[in-house]
Amino acid sequence: MELTREQQDILSGSKGETLAKVMKTLVMYGDVFGAERMVPVTGAMGHLVTSFGLSVMKPVQKLMQELIDAGAVSSQPFTVDPRPMDKNVPANLIQNLIFKVMYSKQAEYEKQLAELGLLAGDAFTCTCYMDEIGNIPAKGDVLSWAESSAVVYANSVLGARSNRNSGIIELFGSIIGEVPYFGLLTDEGRRASWIVELKTSKLPPAQLLGSAIGLKVMEDVPYIRGLDSLLGNELNGTAKDYLKDMGAATASNGAVGLFHVAGLTPEAVESGETLIRPDAKVYVIDDAELARVKKSYPLIWPDPDARPKLCFIGCPHLSGNQLHDWTAKLSDALAASGRKTVAVPTVFTAAPAVKDAFEKTEDYNKLTAMKVILSDICPLMYMNNPKCRMMPVITNSNKLRTYTSSRYYDDEEILRYLSEGGI
Amino acid sequence: MRTFHGRPVVPGSAKAEALVSHAGFNTLASFQKSLMSGDKKATCSDQNNADLYGKPMFGKALCMPQTIGSTTGGMVMYCASQLGQQAACLLFSGPIDSLAAAGAILSDVWTDVHMPTVDNLGPGFLDFVKTGMTVTVEEDGTVMVDDGK
Repeated sequence: MELTREQQDILSGSKGETLAKVMKTLVMYGDVFGAERMVPVTGAMGHLVTSFGLSVMKPVQKLMQELIDAGAVSSQPFTVDPRPMDKNVPANLIQNLIFKVMYSKQAEYEKQLAELGLLAGDAFTCTCYMDEIGNIPAKGDVLSWAESSAVVYANSVLGARSNRNSGIIELFGSIIGEVPYFGLLTDEGRRASWIVELKTSKLPPAQLLGSAIGLKVMEDVPYIRGLDSLLGNELNGTAKDYLKDMGAATASNGAVGLFHVAGLTPEAVESGETLIRPDAKVYVIDDAELARVKKSYPLIWPDPDARPKLCFIGCPHLSGNQLHDWTAKLSDALAASGRKTVAVPTVFTAAPAVKDAFEKTEDYNKLTAMKVILSDICPLMYMNNPKCRMMPVITNSNKLRTYTSSRYYDDEEILRYLSEGGI
Repeated sequence: MRTFHGRPVVPGSAKAEALVSHAGFNTLASFQKSLMSGDKKATCSDQNNADLYGKPMFGKALCMPQTIGSTTGGMVMYCASQLGQQAACLLFSGPIDSLAAAGAILSDVWTDVHMPTVDNLGPGFLDFVKTGMTVTVEEDGTVMVDDGK
């Protein structure tokens, strides 16, 4: 990689050994991918994936302290993934005890995040791009982000440019204020090497469709045809929420960092099928293919017939619209089955600021009357607790299913579970 | 014995038993349980990876097409290295992905662990290498797989 004089000086140690190691890491990272230069991070804020002060993650804390001690902090404010704990989410005595031990470094770690450049005390969410939080990059902005669901959203729905950076690497880019220019930052890297032909009879569950795409294309860029006819051609709140959930599944079940939806996402609207590489492969998704994918998910509950003890909705975090929508759907489903409260303890998760706004609405009272808990926790971090992992947990999140023992159901099935106690 | 030539992402030499994943290696899902429990054998906890689930990863020559999943991937690999749960080497049939590259580089620059990493070994590599075979990695990216014949 060709470095400027200033970059070379940092690498040589002009600003200390720690910053030299940060630069060395970024240069090696860029060299692997054939980057010829570094480019400035132009987005106003960063986003970090590591939000949890796990006691076994001492290496990360040690590294962060080295950065802080050396004054190598972020040159821009950043948001970060959700907190791992919330006392409002159901947990028994033993589970709570384990949480305290597991995340014993949380307060210490949050102090480090604040020293490194955390935007605010409530900037903990995987959906930092919601209006209520305000970390919304503009089209074309170069970012140094991590969190697979946020990266794929920023690239695909907002048209910003970020590679799928790993935790720590994303912070290094924000510290230096520059990132190696390769992959999804380049026009060529944003062209599609897969065409996904959607031929389903109706709009599929977002996280099932995303799972099928991710499992097939892995880290490649897909160009999706046929979704706009089911979802519409306007990038409104409903479409954004759908693409948020679909993208999270493409990124966790595979490694997708960018997708284009014909007639809907910004670059597909702007450039159309010129985004497709001539040698692109084709993946046809119909009802049978989605059924096959869903059937392939392993179930690792000790007792496959166990009655669910908890349900998580909101991985990634729900938007305000989704909170209202779920409240209405659940209310109708309970009324139809003659119940007043959910049949399975249920947690809806959303960003702190989204949650705060929702709590001021009438629907919040409706939701709590149905005994649904509203939290800003990270469900994945909750499920990391070995005693929670043993529990039969259901979810509509294919991301949560991928990383934990939770069982995936689509929204309709979840509604039946919550209103009727089974499907 | 068959020899493959790849690109040394983190050059180095190693000799270890192969552990082969034909599907994308989900770093977080694979290491999550062992990091949490302090399992020094680093037993793979990815329920979606039939090739690796339940098998120890520590000290193995981890052979895969690429890594997938959460962007904590590189950081998880760095933690595994710092906590003594790392693979002996990482071997990729195709081009390395950004998360695996981050993990290999962070381990190289910020830890004392040396985990040679080679990519672009070709699709034939994963067709040939089987879990349990002995793999030898050389500085220049040469990988020799001993199938006992």
